Amino acid sequence: MTELIRPTAPFVSAASSLGTRLSRRTLLAGAGALAGTGLAGVGPANAVLRLDVTQGTVQPLPIAITDFVGGGSAQDAEAGKGVTQIISADLRRSGLFAPIDPAAFVEKITNPDASPRFQDWRVINSQALVTGRMTRQPDGRVKAEFRLWDVFAGQQLIGQQYFTQPENWRRVAHIIADAIYERLTGEKGYFDTRIVFVDESGPKQKRVKRLAIMDQDGANVTYLTRGDDLVLTPRFSPTSQEITYMSYGRGDPRVYLLNIETGQREVVGNFPNMSFSPRFAPDGQKVILSLQQGGDANIFVMDLRSKATTRLTDTAAIDTAPCYSPDGSQITFQSDRGGTSQIYVMGADGSNPHRISFGNGTYSTPVWSPRGDVIAFTKQEGGKFGIGLMRTDGSGERILTEGFHNEGPTFAPNGRVIMFFRDVGGGSQLYTVDVTGYNEQRVPTPSYASDPAWSPLRS
Amino acid sequence: MTSLLRMVGGSRTAVVVGLALLAAACAKNPMDGRAGAGGMGQLGSAPPGSQQEFVVSVGDRVFFTTDQTDLSPEARATLDKQAQWLGQYNRYTFTIEGHADERGTREYNIALGARRAQNVKDYLVSRGIDASRMRTISYGKERPVAVCDDISCWSQNRRAVTVLNNPGS
Repeated sequence: MTELIRPTAPFVSAASSLGTRLSRRTLLAGAGALAGTGLAGVGPANAVLRLDVTQGTVQPLPIAITDFVGGGSAQDAEAGKGVTQIISADLRRSGLFAPIDPAAFVEKITNPDASPRFQDWRVINSQALVTGRMTRQPDGRVKAEFRLWDVFAGQQLIGQQYFTQPENWRRVAHIIADAIYERLTGEKGYFDTRIVFVDESGPKQKRVKRLAIMDQDGANVTYLTRGDDLVLTPRFSPTSQEITYMSYGRGDPRVYLLNIETGQREVVGNFPNMSFSPRFAPDGQKVILSLQQGGDANIFVMDLRSKATTRLTDTAAIDTAPCYSPDGSQITFQSDRGGTSQIYVMGADGSNPHRISFGNGTYSTPVWSPRGDVIAFTKQEGGKFGIGLMRTDGSGERILTEGFHNEGPTFAPNGRVIMFFRDVGGGSQLYTVDVTGYNEQRVPTPSYASDPAWSPLRS
Repeated sequence: MTSLLRMVGGSRTAVVVGLALLAAACAKNPMDGRAGAGGMGQLGSAPPGSQQEFVVSVGDRVFFTTDQTDLSPEARATLDKQAQWLGQYNRYTFTIEGHADERGTREYNIALGARRAQNVKDYLVSRGIDASRMRTISYGKERPVAVCDDISCWSQNRRAVTVLNNPGS
């Protein structure tokens, strides 16, 4: 499958022993042709254009995204258009950008190495401009170059190029969209990510559920199981190479690990009764899960190498849906030990469990933000299921969306967007909403879909 | 869909005509999707000791109130009949399936269904049935028998069903 490098340094070797490797590489060559313009990697010191995303509502930034020109054949130009469309769609869906209708463009970009006529972009009130080029290389790879321009300051903000196999072109577009998002918002992007979810088909009484994986924009859907067994609650490992999930086979329902790259599957532990509700620890070395014990469910953690299993809760109650804090020091979970299901936080060793949800109704499926500051949850109150956020001490509760029936939040890796599933009548579909509560969007899936989990940024 | 229609018919009978409680309880049993095909119209002809008799005449399932796992007096009465029948036909092993309605989150409902199944198991054991004959499993909200978005459906889905493992024996 695909392996990629996300460089932390400005220049990363593209050397690879694997088939399709894509590298990120700051554009150094060609810089000389752009005399007087700022270059990528100079840093935010000369950032003139910056979108403030700290406020609740954001006025989307007008941005002109021009078709990447073809460096050679007509095929190159066609690929360039496709890349442009994906960048544009990513940025628009984020709610932070307003891509301008190309019909309004005055200048037609034919040479992306030359400085654009900034005045032509100012008159259509474009704050930022994206130009680029796609060129098929003699070795069969594709070179994607792009530049981000600050229209009103009249300078280049980013110039980068990537080499990749042609089938990776969608990823290149997402990576470029991430670079633009990051440069203009100061936040990490989240477009070069994937979603694992449960694809649902057939009548509700006899639903067929399959594990599926797709890009965050709904493209490239691949099925990971065949639908013979009921599968639930898939979750990514920190490296995105593995998922853990619950599956009903012939015997007791169990928790499994599945390597997405190799297809290799293994059961997690050999516990009596059901094991369910798994999730990886941030170090990727442990899986936390619920084990059924009589009429109760308690939380355990299993070391994947030593197979040592440690009990973390011991109550005559339902303790489930555990999730680590991003630093691995704490765990949030839901428990009905107090009579109704509420959200609790405890140390990673099970110490000091304390309830943090005190509003009306019941709370479940807590997930810790990758930023560490808030916990998202499903809240049931008055027959409605909302998705909400609270600080990790339980204060500052906010409901982002409600109605019948929303469930199962999962954070984008930058912590700014939450995906969840909503019963739309007959079945559920996937939606995203900003942590501000604005910009709700449906995520396209081939059929009904539930239990989404957002991958980390791909590496 | 058939099970839903029958269920609605059953409750209307109970409310409007005011039949005796016992009759209403009997009317509920044939709602089972598994037995539904052959269940109706053959109430009197189920062979003694058959799966059909267990499902139709004894009653293979008990129901729970919202977010609760306690056995109601009605549920205990059904389980008493199950225990008597299972004691008589002790060649059967069986699985107790716990279920929840859709008004709960995925993981919690799995645990809730498990607790319902466990309570049924404990009750049958208390009535003298050997624990080694039974296993429990929870399907959470994954296997509803009635599908709609109102209370009549939800109440049918909050259930524990005793399923014979070897009905052909």
